[in-house]
Amino acid sequence: MSEISISHLTKKFEVKGHTVTALNDVSLSVEKGQIYGIIGMSGAGKSTLVRSVNYLEKPTEGSVFIEGTDLASLSENELRAKRSEIGMIFQSFNLLEQKNVIDNVCFPLELKGIKRKAAREKARGLLETVGLSEKEKAYPSQLSGGQKQRVAIARALATEPKILLCDEATSALDPQTTDSILRLLKDINEKMGITMLVITHQMSVVTSICDHVAIIDNGVLVEEGEVTQIFESPSSDAAKELISGTPVRYSPISELNAERKIRIVFSENSSYEPVIANLILKFGEPVNILKADTRDVGGTARGEMILGLPDDTDLQEGIIDYLKERGLSVTEVSDHV
Amino acid sequence: MFDEKVIEMILEGIRDTLYMTLVSTLIGYILGLPLGIILHVTGAEGLKPNKAVYKVIDVICNIIRSIPFLILLILLIPFTRAIVGQSYGSTATIVPLVICAAPYIARVVESSLNEVDSGVVEAARAMGASNAQIVFKVLLVEARTSLVTGATITTGLLLGYSAMSGTVGGGGLGDIAVRYGYYRWQTDIMIVTVVLLIVIFQIIQNLGTRLALKLDHRKK
Repeated sequence: MSEISISHLTKKFEVKGHTVTALNDVSLSVEKGQIYGIIGMSGAGKSTLVRSVNYLEKPTEGSVFIEGTDLASLSENELRAKRSEIGMIFQSFNLLEQKNVIDNVCFPLELKGIKRKAAREKARGLLETVGLSEKEKAYPSQLSGGQKQRVAIARALATEPKILLCDEATSALDPQTTDSILRLLKDINEKMGITMLVITHQMSVVTSICDHVAIIDNGVLVEEGEVTQIFESPSSDAAKELISGTPVRYSPISELNAERKIRIVFSENSSYEPVIANLILKFGEPVNILKADTRDVGGTARGEMILGLPDDTDLQEGIIDYLKERGLSVTEVSDHV
Repeated sequence: MFDEKVIEMILEGIRDTLYMTLVSTLIGYILGLPLGIILHVTGAEGLKPNKAVYKVIDVICNIIRSIPFLILLILLIPFTRAIVGQSYGSTATIVPLVICAAPYIARVVESSLNEVDSGVVEAARAMGASNAQIVFKVLLVEARTSLVTGATITTGLLLGYSAMSGTVGGGGLGDIAVRYGYYRWQTDIMIVTVVLLIVIFQIIQNLGTRLALKLDHRKK
């Protein structure tokens, strides 16, 4: 039995007299313990889809089954009980601004009528899990975006849900924070076995944590399958667009094979000289180009390159000095770019 | 400058003014707060939109609010007499003050609740909160700064209106100002009452602003 099963779901909205179809005959199923990505451009209907999973949006047609239970068959009270078994996090975090961190995490427990002391104990454990133990008494306004999302994750986990819905959870965060939040989610998935449904418009989110992915375009599910398979051979236009639109690193730099790696950045005036070619001619040793990219930084094109250097230490220093003399910025690279 | 009698009268005036203002604010909130909550909940973006209920309260509020207070005061004399037994004095003035304040408060409360981020409400719904829990544990808590600011403005307004009721024998400082300043040309007494009204207003405004700031955790 699938953890989440969506069957022929259609959702229509009445907007100023005419009908808009947000979702059209969408069917998919998510197995227990999976991280399932739903990706699409904004306005594709993916937010409506995730809101159907806990019936914040009731479908116009079709059904949603959670562990085999049809949500349409539940009474209002039963539905509320079911919702408390499904955690949810949001793009804008949606923390209670007038409550401090620990009271935010306790909030879903308070709603369930759990005693304050027990709730606090539980909340402290969760804050430890998300790495925010020392921020217990802080208010959301005192936290960074990443910290707010960690609080929201702790809050979503307070009721020990079997499912976690993530609605563009990293879209308001910078790339580094996004990575750390994604790692946290992956960790939680592995340790607690929580099934996750991840809504995003960023292909990088899907490739870094999801096992399965569904691509939604204009309210229609156009492609579905394992991430690796879709990433390697996308068949729909929407999938191709999403994959090419966001540059994705096939392998992290740490896995690239070289003893010592440096990152060099070409500014406008340094790109006239064929620096790498001259370097190889001068030292008579090849360097390995591990990555090369051009980025728009502050409106100007900057060439960026990661080089794997030869093993000889003297040679390495010589190469670095040579590059520095040519006015290039040279930095050592460890795990991340 | 003033004899004992006048000083005693002014002290009583202060007491009556505070009595009218605070009691009418309190009763005004007992009526207006639930009305404001209903307006928000049944409104188009509310938890349980209901056009009929919203429209009825909406129209009643607008009608009462469109009547100038002085006219409402006179219009309500038979009603006041039926409730309090007399139509003059500070207790009687509380009746029109409450009638005037309740719809005003309902509007102020409604707009405070409308300001609460809809995302927070959605998060609470996703956690399985009932509508009652959302009202009492989310909306009223998140909007508390705005609610206190609204209550401060309302109290200041009612202080002014209580003084206005002096023209029809309402009691309090406004009554003294009208009787001595207008009918007897005793400008000094009138000035003293006006200064006292200003001081009371400042105190209310100050306390309200401080409380609102103290309750607000949104700022760093």
